[in-house]
Amino acid sequence: MANVLVNAPKTAKRGSVVEIKALIMHPMETGFRPGTMGKIIPRNIIERFTATWNGTEIFDMEMSPAIAANPFVSFFAVASESGTVGLRWTGDEGFVVEERVVIAVE
Amino acid sequence: MRALHFGIGLAIIFAASWAAAQVGADKRRSGTQDMGEALQKMQDDDTANPGMLFVQLGSQSWAKKAGTADKSCADCHGNAGTSMKGVAARYPAIPKGAEAPVDLDGRINLCRTENQKAERLPPESRELLALEAYVAHQSRGLPIAPPADPRLDAFRDQGAAIYRARQGQLNLSCAICHDDNAGRKLAGVTIPEAHPTGYPIYRLEWQTLGSLKRRLRNCLVGIRAEPYASEAPEYVMLELFLMDRAKGMVLEAPGVRP
Repeated sequence: MANVLVNAPKTAKRGSVVEIKALIMHPMETGFRPGTMGKIIPRNIIERFTATWNGTEIFDMEMSPAIAANPFVSFFAVASESGTVGLRWTGDEGFVVEERVVIAVE
Repeated sequence: MRALHFGIGLAIIFAASWAAAQVGADKRRSGTQDMGEALQKMQDDDTANPGMLFVQLGSQSWAKKAGTADKSCADCHGNAGTSMKGVAARYPAIPKGAEAPVDLDGRINLCRTENQKAERLPPESRELLALEAYVAHQSRGLPIAPPADPRLDAFRDQGAAIYRARQGQLNLSCAICHDDNAGRKLAGVTIPEAHPTGYPIYRLEWQTLGSLKRRLRNCLVGIRAEPYASEAPEYVMLELFLMDRAKGMVLEAPGVRP
């Protein structure tokens, strides 16, 4: 089970800008570091982070080995209608994590 | 003349009240106060503090059965929110039937081997740190309160002796930096007073959570001394002394440090 912490407002005024913050546990191993016995530790990073609002993509980010472990991403979106924000992280070694938050727009 | 008297009187009153304010004031500073504003905010926001990821992981392990006894932490201790409140504030302590003190991760491993009949969790492993963070988090906001166990005094004194002893190629003691030069700069970084208020800490440099032992090893390597072996009793002695030195200060686990 993946560990994710998401910070998004539960309610928002129609047309207002909301900030969504997401923190995920991941080693973000660069693939450049030697481990014990001098062997290179294979790369294991999150490659892509996407966010959707009621299925429509609102944010997309490609991650690189230079990003530190446990990446924290914050982005903004315009609250146009009530719905579900879907967050999805995909990466090396078949890493897939999905998380949902519901935002009610008044 | 009258105005002058009045002025002097006022000055005396000010001086007296200033002195009164200073007497009771605790001048000790947690490492948090020496960090930048951004890091302080990161530590205070439970959805931005990466240490909280480990707390979350620890809450999952708390309910997970382990070992041949097939028991979870929750089976004996119930809700950690009540049973573990204040525990991190009083450790290291001497467990029942033992002679020497153990710290929080030592206590967790003791529980594993004796009650869960499971294997010890390796030092600095994610599972151990997560449980430690989860337990320590239950004491957030409480003052550090070392137990009044007279058997601890000898160990604490040994810890104090290590703290004040010069060692390593740089011939420094802990006290030279953290007592004599605290608040001054070491390569652009403010030297903290070394109060263990936030352990286990999420150190950005480590990109992970780390225990007080790891921090102590880090300092020993920094003064080019040979670190004590992993899980050596010296660490617990130092922890005992440091916790006593920080008595009454507020726990903020899991802390964030640069």
